[in-house]
Amino acid sequence: MTTTYDGTPPAADTAAAGAARPGGRDVQGTKRLAALLLSPTLLVLALVIGYPVLAGFRESLYARGEGLDANGFVVQGERFAGLDNYTAIFHGDRGDAFWNAFGNTTFFTVTTVVLETVIGVGMALIMQQAFRGRGLVRASILVPWAIPTAISGLLWRWIFQADGAANAVLRHQILWTADGFQAKIAVVIAEVWKTSPFIGLLVLAGLQMIPREVHEAARVDGAGPLQRFRRITLPLVRPALLVAVLFRMLDVLRMFDLPAVLIGVNQKSVETLTMIAWFEASNLRYGSAAAYATILFLYIALIAYLFVKLLGADIIGEARQHSKRTRRNRPVKGRRKKVTA
Amino acid sequence: MTGSLPKRVLSYLGLAVVAAYCLAPFYWMAVSAFRRPQDQFDNSIVPTRWSWENFHAVFSGDNGFGRALLNSLVVAGCTTVLTLLIGTFAAYALARLDFRFKNAVLGLIVATTMFPGISQLVPLLKLFTDIKWINTYQAMVLPSLGFALPLSVWLLTAFFRQLPYELEQAAMVDGCTRGQAFRKIIIPLAAPGVFTTAILTFIAAWNEFLIALSMVNKKEMQTATVAISKFTGVSGFDQPFGTQMAAGVIVTVPLIAVVLVFQRRIVAGLTAGGVK
Repeated sequence: MTTTYDGTPPAADTAAAGAARPGGRDVQGTKRLAALLLSPTLLVLALVIGYPVLAGFRESLYARGEGLDANGFVVQGERFAGLDNYTAIFHGDRGDAFWNAFGNTTFFTVTTVVLETVIGVGMALIMQQAFRGRGLVRASILVPWAIPTAISGLLWRWIFQADGAANAVLRHQILWTADGFQAKIAVVIAEVWKTSPFIGLLVLAGLQMIPREVHEAARVDGAGPLQRFRRITLPLVRPALLVAVLFRMLDVLRMFDLPAVLIGVNQKSVETLTMIAWFEASNLRYGSAAAYATILFLYIALIAYLFVKLLGADIIGEARQHSKRTRRNRPVKGRRKKVTA
Repeated sequence: MTGSLPKRVLSYLGLAVVAAYCLAPFYWMAVSAFRRPQDQFDNSIVPTRWSWENFHAVFSGDNGFGRALLNSLVVAGCTTVLTLLIGTFAAYALARLDFRFKNAVLGLIVATTMFPGISQLVPLLKLFTDIKWINTYQAMVLPSLGFALPLSVWLLTAFFRQLPYELEQAAMVDGCTRGQAFRKIIIPLAAPGVFTTAILTFIAAWNEFLIALSMVNKKEMQTATVAISKFTGVSGFDQPFGTQMAAGVIVTVPLIAVVLVFQRRIVAGLTAGGVK
């Protein structure tokens, strides 16, 4: 890094380069330095994410297996299959399995994110009101977050045993971990338990940024608690909440560990798209596994795009504000996305 | 806000509910771990007889749990160190330098957190099979960088940005090069942020399941999370819940201890990044 500058520009100028100085060799140097610093990260990401996604797409167009060549000999290996892997997914029994997994994934996403948001906001409000003991509760809120998902899956499997704690508390005999609707409920409960504290934490941080005077003023003007919540708290917490919800959504859409450990793989009622793709891959049907993965990827991208467009979640907002400050002398170019509503 | 007595009581009650919600399942895991195997299905709130038997069972037999813990430590540790080494530079550039495609790069890095692990996994699984990397540490560490690197770059960028720029400028006015300013001013100042990022990355890598499950089929190379999920009971059919709960406690308690000690920093990191 030190070599980039070679001491040519005076030190003071070097300092100013960061704070927007168009033209001159400082900008050149900054550019080179930026490229140098960023390239390892971008290279690694290209290798471990960019390459697999492209290779996966290619893979999804190939099928593995035996075929007869023109001379009637059996050939092993991959052959180009076009969109066969995709069409196969949508037809017959496999079509049912796919739509089932698609439905499960969507069901889990909608129910858990809604429940998490409601419970998380509730938690944040409770903690906000607290006089003392907030630190203690904040510590306990981190416990579900720190437990590995696979372990929490086991924990809940234990709680949901036929003669386990859940049934003892409910005084009912429900076979939670058997294939069926109750298995879905079990997964939703376990997931919400683990992740709503996370939302609560983020919302609490957002709540603490709201100046107390705003609330006081509204109260003086005669706004009730409910009105204050709807008209003041919610709009002001909204940016933090939207980002948290977006990340939660992206995470549930690719859910694997929890249902796999809690209920098991290949169970119709909880099979998600990731699980179905994983099952294909573990049976060495890479082509069709890649096709499932590609579909899931497109689905997630679509949801993220819609979410950002419709609700205006401003993910890189902080960065943009920063660049506004430092770039005041420069026409802003190629600014990426996101209208903040 | 000085509340009246009922309001105070209500607020404490609320806090108690939140704490119970978060802790009750974990408490159940700990209590179940301390029961004797023959009392395993006893649903009393406190074990009738406390025993360490489950913990002995974790390390005994053919579970290979000690090795699994070591594997987890190696994989999560390597992932964290590599991520921080590479990510610090990128974060510095994103937080401090001004260049054209900055927002695009930042957007790209955030976008990579969106990728489902499975679409990364399938081609890598095939590639690693071809180059005989299955059952190696690197086969778990490299894919883990895919989620760890964006996370840590994001967090570090947020932390670096909070540092006063004037200090660096002053150092450079006094004749430091940018590199020296980075090494001598930024790194020491950013140490808490880097440390927080390290904890969060380590926890994320330690909790990883899908990659570790897929890249390894030999017992000796399993990470702890995978190993626990595959514990077999004596008869081979019934799930050895007591042992699994004990193993779960062993895997979780160090994390929880770290989390409690560095609570404030972790909360700051989580809220700064807004990322899992």
